[in-house]
Amino acid sequence: MEKWQNNKAWFLVLPAFIIVAFSAIIPLMTVVNYSIQDIFGPGESVFVGTEWFEEMLSNYRLHDALWRQFMFSGLVLLIEIPLGIMIALAMPKRGWGVSACLVSLALPLVIPWNVIGTIWIIFTRPDIGLFGVGINSLGLLGDTFDHTARPLYAWITVLIMEVWHWTPLVALLCYAGLRAIPEAYYEAARIDGASSWATFRYIQLPKMRGVLTIAVLLRWMDSFLIYSEIFTLTGGGPGNTTTFLSIYLVKLATMQFDLGPAAAFSLIYFVIVLLFCFAFYQALLNVGKGEKV
Amino acid sequence: MKIQKRTIALCIYFGFLFLPIYWMLNMSLRTNADILGNFALFPVDLTFHNYINIFTDHTWYLAYIHAIRYVSYNTILSLLFALPAAYAFSRYKFLGDGQMFFWFLTNRMAPPAVFLLPYLQLYGTLNLIDTHIAVALAHCLFNVPLAIWILEGFMSGIPKEIDETAFIDGYSFPRFFITIFIPLIRAGVGVTAFFCFMFSWVELLFARTLTITEAKPITAHMTRTISATGLDWGLLAAAGVLTIVPGALVIWFVRNYMAKGFALGRV
Repeated sequence: MEKWQNNKAWFLVLPAFIIVAFSAIIPLMTVVNYSIQDIFGPGESVFVGTEWFEEMLSNYRLHDALWRQFMFSGLVLLIEIPLGIMIALAMPKRGWGVSACLVSLALPLVIPWNVIGTIWIIFTRPDIGLFGVGINSLGLLGDTFDHTARPLYAWITVLIMEVWHWTPLVALLCYAGLRAIPEAYYEAARIDGASSWATFRYIQLPKMRGVLTIAVLLRWMDSFLIYSEIFTLTGGGPGNTTTFLSIYLVKLATMQFDLGPAAAFSLIYFVIVLLFCFAFYQALLNVGKGEKV
Repeated sequence: MKIQKRTIALCIYFGFLFLPIYWMLNMSLRTNADILGNFALFPVDLTFHNYINIFTDHTWYLAYIHAIRYVSYNTILSLLFALPAAYAFSRYKFLGDGQMFFWFLTNRMAPPAVFLLPYLQLYGTLNLIDTHIAVALAHCLFNVPLAIWILEGFMSGIPKEIDETAFIDGYSFPRFFITIFIPLIRAGVGVTAFFCFMFSWVELLFARTLTITEAKPITAHMTRTISATGLDWGLLAAAGVLTIVPGALVIWFVRNYMAKGFALGRV
């Protein structure tokens, strides 16, 4: 659609700009302010330049948290995207089953994030949880499944929780993408005698490219910002083994009150997120172009 | 045969989806002593004790109302501000439009943890700490960009000729926008409202930080109970179940638009 050229459109965007800027730009300025000063108390501060940035960039805890974050987000994508596609493919295409599936899939998405953590504590605890008690009574593990004790179990629990929570989003997106494919494509495939794999590979997958890009973008970004669920479930432990970026940042800022380093960390974090955001945004724009041709 | 295998796999998945929720429901219908004492797959001595506790304790049920209040404020604010902006992005080319759109998006992707301390200071200076409007405003950070993104998708699906015809017929912009355009995209507005509701409802970090008692939502109230009363699992589970209810109701209303909203709205 050809758009009208008119700079007066700015007046329509302005209110939204102001309300978001109020919540985004002013606080960000405060963060910048913190990050270049050493603050002792109200009104007492010393300009320290890039000291906090240098300190944070060489901080091994930050490196560890960053590595964990990449591992976590990568694993999340590897599991959720294929699983989501499979669910979308298996969903019924008409009848009462569609509504039932959609409503059930959306359910985990509207549960408050700390309640997600609570659900999984209750579900996996070795004394009262169905999963915890069940897996321990099978006795396959050799030791007790307890996500507060062993890092491996903490990771497994956190990953299952994340998959449980967000795979429905991927499935819903893929389902929407699948529904947009005209019936004629399938008829053509049937006439050619295409196998279901070929139908998937050459019709469904290419047609889902747009929604899949969005799914990857959303899942990557959101898993990068994860806080409440994991904080409730493991608190970042045992040790620091599930301390991801946000959890580390909140610890630094609100529990140790290291404002300067926390602010420097915030800005580094923000830049990383911004870079990803830009890369994905470009990818999205290109997808749009590809479809129009 | 193939279809049957698919259905079975789907059923297994939905089992996985519902078991943890069922388990919480199960816990919420038992007393704490019963939970810790016996392991049972379903509540043997059914009790509504935990729910009665919540509905008779005003700190609990007020926390519930607080959450609903700021979520409603946020949804209304987000829609009000996002509608004109989304219209501008879908209809006009203007100086810096691409950059602006990207800047909005970055706020949807910004780590809330980054904004935590500045928000305390900002809202503290404005004397807004512990008010519903503070949380509603803070949630605009990610909900306004999201609303613009979704609405722009829906608006781009409406042919521009409708606007042109209306303007030729002598409609002023506000009158056209409110009486013709918004009714045309009401499905989109509904879907947007759903997503604003959802993201404001599930958020905890801002809601917890910006409130003390007067606007404390139920989610934050729950975390306080975990540390304070030595874990009353039954009560915790009952509160958890109650936080799912509003979301489930809203889903039920928008179920037919949902798949479409996800695709068009590019959430």
